[in-house]
Amino acid sequence: MNPERSRIRLMQGNEACVEGAIAAGCRFYAGYPITPSTEIAELMSERLPRIGGRFIQMEDEIGSMAAVIGASLGGRKAMTATSGPGFSLKQENIGFAAVTEVPCVIVDVQRFGPSTGQPTSPGQGDVMAARWGTHGDHPAVVLSPWSVRETFDLTVRAFNLAEKLRTPVILLSDEVIAHMREKVELPDPASIEVVDRRRPTVDADEYLAYGPAPGDEGQEGYIPPMADFGDGYRYHVTALFHGLDGFPTGDHAESDFLLRRINAKIETRRSEIIQVARESLSDAEVVVVAYGCTARPAVSAVREARARGIKAGLLRLVTIWPFADEVIQETANTGRVFIVPEMNLGQVSREVERALHGAARVVPFARVDTELFTPDEILARISEEA
Amino acid sequence: MPHLWCPGCGHGIVLGAVVRAIDRLSLDKDKVAVVSGIGCASRAPGYLDFNTLHTTHGRALAFATGLKLARPDLRVIVVAGDGDLAAIGGNHLIHACRRNIDLTTVCFNNEIYGMTSGQCSPMTPTGKVATTAPFGNIERNFDLCDLTRAAGATFVARGAAYYARALSGLIEQAIKHKGFSFVEAVSQCPTYYGRRNKIGTAPDMLEWQRTHAVTAEKAAALSPEEMAGKFIIGKYFETEAPEYTEEYARLSERLKGGR
Repeated sequence: MNPERSRIRLMQGNEACVEGAIAAGCRFYAGYPITPSTEIAELMSERLPRIGGRFIQMEDEIGSMAAVIGASLGGRKAMTATSGPGFSLKQENIGFAAVTEVPCVIVDVQRFGPSTGQPTSPGQGDVMAARWGTHGDHPAVVLSPWSVRETFDLTVRAFNLAEKLRTPVILLSDEVIAHMREKVELPDPASIEVVDRRRPTVDADEYLAYGPAPGDEGQEGYIPPMADFGDGYRYHVTALFHGLDGFPTGDHAESDFLLRRINAKIETRRSEIIQVARESLSDAEVVVVAYGCTARPAVSAVREARARGIKAGLLRLVTIWPFADEVIQETANTGRVFIVPEMNLGQVSREVERALHGAARVVPFARVDTELFTPDEILARISEEA
Repeated sequence: MPHLWCPGCGHGIVLGAVVRAIDRLSLDKDKVAVVSGIGCASRAPGYLDFNTLHTTHGRALAFATGLKLARPDLRVIVVAGDGDLAAIGGNHLIHACRRNIDLTTVCFNNEIYGMTSGQCSPMTPTGKVATTAPFGNIERNFDLCDLTRAAGATFVARGAAYYARALSGLIEQAIKHKGFSFVEAVSQCPTYYGRRNKIGTAPDMLEWQRTHAVTAEKAAALSPEEMAGKFIIGKYFETEAPEYTEEYARLSERLKGGR
């Protein structure tokens, strides 16, 4: 087949996720079947053994997340995918990865409802679970694609951020994007930027598993270089609070330092992590803030509103966490009302309100009947507020 | 060496048996990984100079499965307590057995939850007292050797802290065995089990192990009445079966070759 032609395909969101992961260097997948994420596991089981990767269907979601962390410590780029209830089960070990700083990617294809809900219907109810699902003050990096092609791109980006920041990264997809098929032109593999974790450069006996590398001193949120298990840097990994050498500590100052550093390593890099897409925002008075599947009807609504002479604009959140406070504040220079359509009862609209700090009015707009918004519905809301 | 275990705890003896087994096999320290869950026994890796991983409660085998599959060149040894392995981690245990993945698991069985101060475990014998079984345990405990053999483990053995040298020999054989190997190590918890159940101090508990452990050969000659309350030590079962990481590597080679 002509390689140029093979890059143009009719592809599903879940399939694009698999292709993106493989392009980013993912060579390990552990998972447990759950709708609507299952095609990711199925395709991984087909693709990985052909390219020297490893796929395992674990006995449950908890075990899958555990296996992913074990594989990452062994030096493989690793991921798992799940939905709703499975995402809850993974949370404890996502926290483990956050505090032990093990890079990995977790895909949550959101489905509708708390608990078992409606497994084959879309929802966006896991925004806060992605941020605060595991216990303790952990950092979170969460990306949300709005198209099949963007699912590919953001999966690559999720791996790159995970490797660069030594942290779990969550790709927050949803049933609409995951199961939708679109014509996609995949990028030339040579053009894809792939980031690998920083390896230690010091001798094994000088290696501090959680210490700064030469040049990192003085940085509040430094990211320690990471050795693979088996490569001669013997070290201890524990989710107990640990000192620079990785061994448990009960010391107050060391505990304070570790918790602040793992959060600071994300916070100090906000501008590089936060990605948004803007449509007609330069003079927008009515601003629609949307993400994932909801951004699709939102962009049509905004374009139609402009055609009718309404100064409307769309701010699409590509990175959800860390939250784009600065961008939202800046948008309030012209925006006087912010409409936030969501397939949940206001998880992001409350964040928009917090970020605005009273600088503009926020209109939460929920649809929780398992149906995607239509452009007309959002347009009607824009017209009301114009 | 300062450590976190209580005076008289058998876990130091069991850990010593693990270390001596590794030493006798002359394994390269860089190629050994020791993985544990949560609890008294699970703090053992913190004292070892290997690649060591202290995971979440009950999940050691799942972490170890990912590590071994990613790095089949590593000798991966899982150490875990009876509560960690047989209760919260029971599902991972049976599936690791079923896959016959090349891991060695040593269960430090002190028949109680020590770190959370003496609650009932799936290995607490019927009738014994625990903080969550104040009137005596009415549940039946597992026979972990029967359980792991039935689930597909290809090497199963039981030893005891009192018989430390023999225990080390069993662990050595388990590490050498290709496939999922399981060693139950009967240990003593004088602080939370012995005292509350009026078995006495650590020497009394070790004496109990001495007089209640029987070899399989000796057990064969004893009547069920004579065997009551006793436990069998030694190699329990060994067989050969396809090992998971090798099977996967074979599958991968076949697919890469386009066949």
